[in-house]
Amino acid sequence: MSDRTVGLPRWIYVPAVLGAAFVLLPLVAIVAKVDWTHFGSLITSQASRDAFVLSLKTSAISTGLCVVFGVPMALVLARRDFPGLAVIRSLVLLPLVLPPVVGGLALLYTFGRRGLLGSTLDAAGIQIAFTTIAVVLAQTFVALPFMVVSLEGALRTGGQRYEVAAASLGARPTTVFRRITLPLVVPGLISGAVLAFARSLGEFGATITFAGSLQGRTRTLPLEIYLQRETDPDAAVALALVLVVVAVLVIGLAGQGRGTR
Amino acid sequence: MSLQFSARVDHRDVDIAFEVATGETLAVLGPNGSGKSTALAITAGLLIPDRGKIVLDGRVLTDAGPATSRVAVAPHARRTALLGQEPLLFPHLSALENVAFGPRSHGTRRSEARRIAQRWLDEVGVGDLAARRPSQLSGGQAQRVAVARALAADPGLLLLDEPMAALDIAVLPALRHTLRRVLADRTVVLVTHDPLDALLLADRVVVLEAGRVIESGISGEVLKRPRSTFVARLAGLNLLDGTWRGDHVETSRGDRITGMVDGDAPASGTPVVAAFRPSSVSVFREPVHGSPRNSFQVRISELEPHADLLRVRAGDLAADVTLVAAADLELETGQRVTFSVKATEVAIYLL
Amino acid sequence: MRTRILGLLVAALMVAGGASACGRSDSGGGGGSGSKTTLTVFAAASLTSTFQKIGDKFEDEHPGVKVEFSFGGSSDLVSQIQQGAPADVFASADTANMDKLTAANLQAGDPKNFASNTLEIATPPDNPADIASFADLAKPGVKVVVCAPEVPCGAAAVKMESVTGVTLKPVSEEESVTDVLGKVSSGEADAGLVYVTDVAAAGDKVKGVPFPESNKVVNTYPIVALKDSKHSDIAQEFVDTVTGETGQSILAAAGFAKP
Repeated sequence: MSDRTVGLPRWIYVPAVLGAAFVLLPLVAIVAKVDWTHFGSLITSQASRDAFVLSLKTSAISTGLCVVFGVPMALVLARRDFPGLAVIRSLVLLPLVLPPVVGGLALLYTFGRRGLLGSTLDAAGIQIAFTTIAVVLAQTFVALPFMVVSLEGALRTGGQRYEVAAASLGARPTTVFRRITLPLVVPGLISGAVLAFARSLGEFGATITFAGSLQGRTRTLPLEIYLQRETDPDAAVALALVLVVVAVLVIGLAGQGRGTR
Repeated sequence: MSLQFSARVDHRDVDIAFEVATGETLAVLGPNGSGKSTALAITAGLLIPDRGKIVLDGRVLTDAGPATSRVAVAPHARRTALLGQEPLLFPHLSALENVAFGPRSHGTRRSEARRIAQRWLDEVGVGDLAARRPSQLSGGQAQRVAVARALAADPGLLLLDEPMAALDIAVLPALRHTLRRVLADRTVVLVTHDPLDALLLADRVVVLEAGRVIESGISGEVLKRPRSTFVARLAGLNLLDGTWRGDHVETSRGDRITGMVDGDAPASGTPVVAAFRPSSVSVFREPVHGSPRNSFQVRISELEPHADLLRVRAGDLAADVTLVAAADLELETGQRVTFSVKATEVAIYLL
Repeated sequence: MRTRILGLLVAALMVAGGASACGRSDSGGGGGSGSKTTLTVFAAASLTSTFQKIGDKFEDEHPGVKVEFSFGGSSDLVSQIQQGAPADVFASADTANMDKLTAANLQAGDPKNFASNTLEIATPPDNPADIASFADLAKPGVKVVVCAPEVPCGAAAVKMESVTGVTLKPVSEEESVTDVLGKVSSGEADAGLVYVTDVAAAGDKVKGVPFPESNKVVNTYPIVALKDSKHSDIAQEFVDTVTGETGQSILAAAGFAKP
C-alpha cells in the first residue's frame, strides 16, 4: 500500500491544515463546553427526545422524497437537451444559494393558507402550515438540490453508453432505467441521499419560517437547540453535540458503504 | 432483401444506400469519417436521418423526410443488436447475467434466460467464465461475452462496429474464427477498417468514402481488384486464393506459397487465402532462391508513386519499394522482375 | 457543471456578505473622525427603533460622542457581555435577563426600570377568526401562535394564561416576536400574542386587539451602565437620557408604558 503519486508542493499543507483546523476547532470547542456530568439528563429530557425523534423521522422522509423526485429530475437534466434547460437547472438549484429563511417565506407564499396552492388545499380541507408535513416540505425544499447535483454529476460522468447497449438488446426505457441506469448510479445516489439527509437534519431557517415550532410536531433538533439556548445553554450545547454525532455517523456509514462496494 | 438501407444526413454530408440479404454478412469499409458509424447509428435508431428509409424483414424501422408517414421505431423495439469496439458489459452484472439481459428484456423467465445465456457463453468459448464480473475478464474474454450477449438477444440484424479494433492482436485470430462461426447464416452489418475482416467475415462489401458508397461487391473480388483508393492504398493487401496442401498453399496459377497459418492448421485440400502487405515484398531483377522466401516471376503492369514510395503493380500483386531502390533497379512498365516475400510475412487464412 | 455550481456558491457568499454589510452600515452614522468617543449600547431587539431615535438625540446633545447599538435577544446579549463583549450599557427586555447580569456582578450601579410593555393580541388585518377577547383565543379552530415559554414574550403569555384561567392550545411556539408576527401577518395564524409595541411597530400588516386583562402581566425593561465600561460617565448619562424626559417621550410614542 504505497502508491507513489506526484508529490504535492509542501506549502500546500499550511493552508490545508489551517482550513481543517478552522473547521475542526469549533467542534472541539463544543465538546469542551459540554457539561458531561449532566449530559445524559440534558439530552434525554422529553423535549430533547421529541425533537430528536422528530428530526430523524422528518429527515428520513425528506430524504425519501428527495430520491423520489431528485432521481427523475437529475435524469432529465443529465440526459435531455432542450431550450431553456440551463435556466431550469439554475432555478432548480436555487435553494442551494437562497437563504433558508427566504425559502421558508417562499414556501409560505406557496403552501400557506393564503398561498398560491395553499388556498386551494385549504378549501379541500388540507392544511399544511404548523404540521409535520410543513417541516418535511421545508427540508425537502432545501435538500433536493443536493440530491440533484450529486446525481446529475454521477449520470454525466457515467455517460449513456451502457444505456444505449441495453436498449439495443431490446430493453424498454423502464427496464433500462431499473436494471442499468439506477444500479450504475448507486454511489452517486448514496452520496446524494447522505447530503440530503444531513442538510435536512440541520435545516433551521426554512422550518422556523414556514412550519413554526411546537414540541413533538414541528420543533426539530435545530429549533430545540436554538430555543434551549435562551434559558439553558448547557442543554443547547449537549443537543448540538448529539446533532453533530448523528451527522458524522450518517456520513461515515455512507462513506463505509461506498468504500466496500 | 432483409435489410434495405437508404439515408441522407445533411450536416454530415452522408448519403448512403445498401441492402443486406437474409443470412448475409455485409462489411462496410471505409476510412475514418466516411460515414460508417453514422450508417450504423441510423440503423440502430440512435440517429434519425434527414431523409431515408430503413426496412428490416419488411418492417419499416425508420421513414424520415417529407413523406406523409414518418416512422421512427425506438432503438429497443428494432431487434437490431449493436456491438461496438468496447464490450460495454454492464459492470454490476456477472457475465451470465449480462448475456441473460437480452432474453430477460424480452420477457423470458429468469431460469430460462440463464439457460440461454449459458448456451451462448459456451458457444463463444467462455462458458466457464459465467460467474465472473466484467472487471475480472480480459479484453478478449469480455468481447466474447459481448458477442454472446448480442446473439442471445436474438436480433433480426446484428450490427458490429469494429468489434476487434480495441483488442490485443494476439487474441484476434481466435475471436475471428468464433465470429465466423456464429455469424454464419445471420444477417449482419459489420463496420470495419480492416479489409481482412471484410474478406474473412463478410459475404459482400460496400466501401464508403466521404459519405458515399464508392464501391460494392463480393468481398474477395472487391478486395483483390479494388477500384477505390481506400481499399487499394490503405488496405491494399496482396491476396492469393489457393488450396492448402499440408504445408503450403498451391495457388490457382500454380504458385507455391509458404506462410504462417492463422489459427489451427486446416485440413489438406481446404480452400485458403494467402495475404501479405506490399511493403513486405522485395523486388529483384534476377530470380532469387532461398527456402524462407516465396518468389513470383511477374511482369510490371503499372508504377504508382506514393510520396517516398513506389508501388509496383504486377497483375494481382503489388510491391512497395523506395524511390532510391526503384532508381537502382531501373524499373519500368513491362519489365520482368521477381517479387519475393518471406514466409513469416505471409498470413494464411481459411476461406 | 462544476463551474456553474461554483458560481452559484460564490453568488451565495456574495449575497450573504452583502446582507451583513448592509446591516452594519445603518448603525454607524457619521463614521469617523478618530477623536470621537464611541459608546456601545447592547439593547433588546424590541427597542431597536426607539433606541436609535434616543441615540440620535443623545449624539446631538453630546458632540464628540458616537452611539453604536447592538440589538439582539436579551439572553444572547447577556451571554455576549459575560464572554467579554465591549459594551457600555445594557438594556434588557425583562428583569430575568438583567438578574443574570447582576448575578455575575457586571453592572455599575443598580439597574433602573425605564419602560414597561403589555401583551396585545395581533390578528391579520381582516381578523378572519373574529377575535375580540383573550378568551376568544381558546375557541376551537382558532390558530394561535405564541412565543415559546423560554423567551420573554412567551413567559408573559404563560403568565397571562394563569391570570385569566384561559388555556391556549397554540399551533406553534415561536422563537421570537418577529416569528409570531410573521405567521400572523401572512395569515397563516388567526392570532398571535405579542407586545403592544410590536403591534404598533408592525403598522397595518396586523391588527391589534387590546384586552382588559393585559395590564395584569407587565413586562418591565431595565437598563444599567456596565462596570467594565471605559466611558462610565457617558454611559451613565445615556442611562439618564433613557430614563429622563427625552427617552420617555420617545418610548411613549412607540407605545411603551411607564415602568
